[in-house]
Amino acid sequence: MKQNKALYFVPYTFWLILFVIAPILLIIYQSFFNIHDDFTLENYQTYFQSGTYLKMTLNSFWYAFLITLFTLLISYPTAYLLTKTKHKQLWLLLIILPTWINLLLKAYAFIGIFSMNGTANQFLSFMGIAPQQILFTDASFLFVATYIEIPFMILPIYNALEELNPSLISASYDLGANSWQTFRRVVFPLSLTGVKSGVQAVFIPSLSLFMLTRLIGGNRVITLGTAIEQHFLVTENWGMGSTIGVFLIIAMVLTMLLTGEKKKKGAIR
Amino acid sequence: MKRLALLGGLIAAVCGVLIFANHQLNRAQGITSGNTFSLYNWGDYIDPELITKFEEETGYVVSYETFDSNEAMYTKIKQGGTNYDMAVPSEYMIERMIDENMLEELDHTQIKGLDNIDQQFLDLPFDPDNQYSIPYFWGTLGIIYNDKFVKEGEIQHWEDLWKPAFADSVMLIDGAREIMGLSLNSMGHSLNSKNDAELAAAAEKLDHLTPNVKAIVADEIKMYMIQEESSVAVTFSGEAAEMLYENEHLHYVIPNEGTNLWFDNIVIPNTAKNKEAAYAFINFMLEPENAAQNAEYIGYSTPNEEAVKLMPEEITEDEQFYPSDETMKHMEVYENLGQEYIGIYNDYFLEFKMHRK
Repeated sequence: MKQNKALYFVPYTFWLILFVIAPILLIIYQSFFNIHDDFTLENYQTYFQSGTYLKMTLNSFWYAFLITLFTLLISYPTAYLLTKTKHKQLWLLLIILPTWINLLLKAYAFIGIFSMNGTANQFLSFMGIAPQQILFTDASFLFVATYIEIPFMILPIYNALEELNPSLISASYDLGANSWQTFRRVVFPLSLTGVKSGVQAVFIPSLSLFMLTRLIGGNRVITLGTAIEQHFLVTENWGMGSTIGVFLIIAMVLTMLLTGEKKKKGAIR
Repeated sequence: MKRLALLGGLIAAVCGVLIFANHQLNRAQGITSGNTFSLYNWGDYIDPELITKFEEETGYVVSYETFDSNEAMYTKIKQGGTNYDMAVPSEYMIERMIDENMLEELDHTQIKGLDNIDQQFLDLPFDPDNQYSIPYFWGTLGIIYNDKFVKEGEIQHWEDLWKPAFADSVMLIDGAREIMGLSLNSMGHSLNSKNDAELAAAAEKLDHLTPNVKAIVADEIKMYMIQEESSVAVTFSGEAAEMLYENEHLHYVIPNEGTNLWFDNIVIPNTAKNKEAAYAFINFMLEPENAAQNAEYIGYSTPNEEAVKLMPEEITEDEQFYPSDETMKHMEVYENLGQEYIGIYNDYFLEFKMHRK
C-alpha cells in the first residue's frame, strides 16, 4: 500500500525535474558563458559594474512593490466585505471573471480607454478638463498592473477570512474588545497567511512584467523582463540574459522566504 | 473507467473524421503533392489577384501562409517540418540564413527578367551577386507626421526630432539599430558605425531626446498615428504607406542626410519541395506588369525599374516612396555588425530607454 502511494508522486516528480529544476540549472549554467563561449564570471561582473542593470533591478523592485501595495490596499477591504455579503459565490465569480480573459486583450482594451480620444479623456472633456496624456505614464502602468493582479490578491485573503472561526470573534467581543480591537488583534493576524500568499502571487509576477511595460508604459517603464527579452531575442547574448534571470530567481526565492509561513509559529494554530 | 474509455474513443473518432474531412477538402481545392506551390510571406504582402493569375498561367495551386516577424519565420523554417517553397525575409535575416545554410543557392540560368531590377538594388553586401535572393520590395526608415499638429517643412531631418516644440509627442520604433542609427545619421556618421567614440556620442545625444519621446513601441505605431494619438513618429516606409492610406493628414519624410535602406527579398529555403514552381514564381514576379500591379496594391516601393515605368506618375513621382537619387545616395543597408557590436548597440538603447526626464 505504501509503495502504491509513492507511485502517485512519480508523474509530479518527473514534471518537477523536467520543467522546474532542469531549466533553473540550465539558466545557471548558461549564465557563466560570455558571447565568445568562454566559461567566465564576466556576466556577473557586468551586472554589478554597469549600473544600468542594478538600476533596472531597483526599478523592478520599486514598481513591483507599488503594484503589490496598491493591490493589497484595494483587495483587503474588498475581501473583508465579501465575507459579509449575502451572495458570496456571485460576487466571487464577478471578481474571478476578468482572469478568464487573455492579458493581451485586456491590455489592448486599456489602450482604447486611455488613449487621447479614449473613454477616459472623453469623460474628462465632458467634465470640462482638457484631454490629458494618460497612456504611457507611470500612473497608467500601475493602474493596469494593479487591475490585473487584484483577483490574485483577493482570493487568498478571502479564503483566509472565510476559514476564520466565528466563535473567536464572539469570544473577543465577550472579553470586552470593541470592533476595531477585534479586527486589529484577532481578525487581521489570523488573515495574515492569506495576505502573505497574496503578496507572493502578486509581487513575484510583477517583478518581470514586460508586456505591459511596452503596451501601456510605452517602454518608459523598464523592468528586468525587458532586458531578458532583449538579450534572448535581439542580441542573442543568452549568457547575460540568463544572468539577469538568475538574479530574478534569487529575488523570487527571497520573497518566498520573507513571506513564507514559519512552521513553528503556525503549529500553535 | 468505462465512461472514460468511451469519452477517449469519442474524441479519437472525432479527430479521425476531421482529418479525413481536411484531406477531402484539400483534394477538392486541387492540393495534391505534385502541383502545390507553398508561399510563406508577410500578411497581406501580395495582390491576391496575382496569385489567381499565377495559378491560371502555370497550373500550380498556391498555398499561402503568413508570418508577422522575421524571427517567427526563421524559427519555423529552422525547426523543420515545413516545406515552404518560397519565403520573403528582410535583408539582415537573409544574411543570417545564408550563414546558417538554410537557403538554396539560386540557379540564375532559370531566372528570366533579373535585368528588370534597378542595378542599385542588386549585388548588395548582404547577398553578393544575388546568389540567394531576388529583391521583392524595398523601403526606408523615416519620419511620419500629422499636418494637424506639425507644419509642413517643420520636420525634414533627424535633427528636427530634438526640437523643443515636439516635447512629449514623438513615438519611436522599438529597435536598437534604428534608433541608434538615426542618432548616428543626425551627426553625420554611418549607421553601421563601429567607432566607440561615435557610438558613445550618439548615445549621449539620444539622452537629450528623452523629453520629446512619448513612447517606444512597435507595430502599435500604425494604430496610434492613424488615431492621432501622437503627432510625430519614426517608422518604416512600408508601415507609413499603410498609415497614409488610412489618414490623409499624415505625411512621410525621408531625412536626406542618410537613413536605413531595407529590403524584403524572395528566397528559396533548403527545405523547399517544389523548386520548379519557385522559379516559375520568381519569373512571374519579375515580369514588369505583375511587379507594377503588386506595387500599386501594396503601396511599397518596387525595385523593378521596368515596372516603375508602367506605374502612374503620381505614385512614382512621390518623393515619400521613390526618393531622389541624391537622397538615395546617403542611404545605407544594415550590415551585420557581429554579436559584440549588436550587444553594444542594444546596451546603449537599453540605457536610453531607462533614461528618465
